[in-house]
Amino acid sequence: MKVSIVGASGYGGGELLRLLMDHPHVEVHQATSERNAGKPVTRIHPNLRKRTSLNFCMVKELEKVDLLFVSLPHTQLMQRFNEFSGLAERMVDLSADFRLKDPAAYLKWYGVDHPHPDKLAQFVYGNVELHRNEIKNAQYITGAGCNATATILPLWPLFKLGVVDMALPVVAEAKCGSSEGGNAVSEASHHPERSGCVRSYKPTGHRHIAEMEQELGHPIYFSATSIEMVRGILVTAHLFVKQGITEKDIWKAYRQVYGEEPFIRIVKEKQGIYRFPEPKILAGTNYCDIGFELDGNRLVAVSAIDNLMKGAAGQAVHAMNVMCGFEETAGLAFAGLHPV
Amino acid sequence: MAECPVCGAEFKLVDGAEKGEIITCNDCGSELEVTGKDSVQEAPQEEEDWGE
Repeated sequence: MKVSIVGASGYGGGELLRLLMDHPHVEVHQATSERNAGKPVTRIHPNLRKRTSLNFCMVKELEKVDLLFVSLPHTQLMQRFNEFSGLAERMVDLSADFRLKDPAAYLKWYGVDHPHPDKLAQFVYGNVELHRNEIKNAQYITGAGCNATATILPLWPLFKLGVVDMALPVVAEAKCGSSEGGNAVSEASHHPERSGCVRSYKPTGHRHIAEMEQELGHPIYFSATSIEMVRGILVTAHLFVKQGITEKDIWKAYRQVYGEEPFIRIVKEKQGIYRFPEPKILAGTNYCDIGFELDGNRLVAVSAIDNLMKGAAGQAVHAMNVMCGFEETAGLAFAGLHPV
Repeated sequence: MAECPVCGAEFKLVDGAEKGEIITCNDCGSELEVTGKDSVQEAPQEEEDWGE
């Protein structure tokens, strides 16, 4: 199958290139970057040296393909939807432009009037664990946000199986790596300012809350903190379970919902160094590790992902695999590194 | 089938498993002591002190 990537010079686009180069059913036809057109993709993504001779091209040079990945900054695709939709029968978008089902939510969370509210229903939220059957029949997929993914996945089985006491709040805190901010520089990302920081960058009002609440159907009180890490997210969520729920019940709930999922692992051990999920050993992988501990009726659920993989490119390739009928793990088999 | 008393995972004990033998649950990693043909109990486990 022939695919192209629009916006391939960013971190998400680079990861898409890396994954698709090794995909057994995909050939990357073109990769765009307006700023780097004509230059080899390895100038920006040096890890791909000797793996590809592809050069970046401009959007106006794009040819028709079977599937288009779009990895542009937020609000770009929604403005240029007609321009790209004619290039491929299928599309997978990594931005937030079609994630939210309610058009009014775009004004609230992204400060824009959505120019194609009629198209929102055509995009399936790209979280395979929640929407596998819809994705199988989808034409357009919208990738889920990284913090949203890391928060939704540990909580969803608990809501789905009625474990949560809905009268009490659900609070989640994410520790985030710097690559979440993309490859554009700012004063805040300048090394003397960013290095070593533990920066509370969104105590309230993070945009991904809109997705969490859309998918979970419950208010989520979410905060995000930047820490000294390039890749990775660790979410620690606190919620209250119904009376009488035991740790064994939580195990069974996760096993019931995620037992057959290829990219979800329940990590909760009493011995060893990595007893709970930790993003460090997930770098480059498409796993979401989930752990938990019960303290009375307060459940602490912990999850870890690589934000560029399960939180972006890996999730997009997983969704493509399901949409196209490929084996779900194609191109995503990397087990990670240890030690790293 | 035996059931892990910690996480509820069901599994078959290998043929020849001896009473008193310590096995590890594949799901939660708990050490379990074989108590019968299809039964186990949680074995005494030392938790590590991480400087609490």
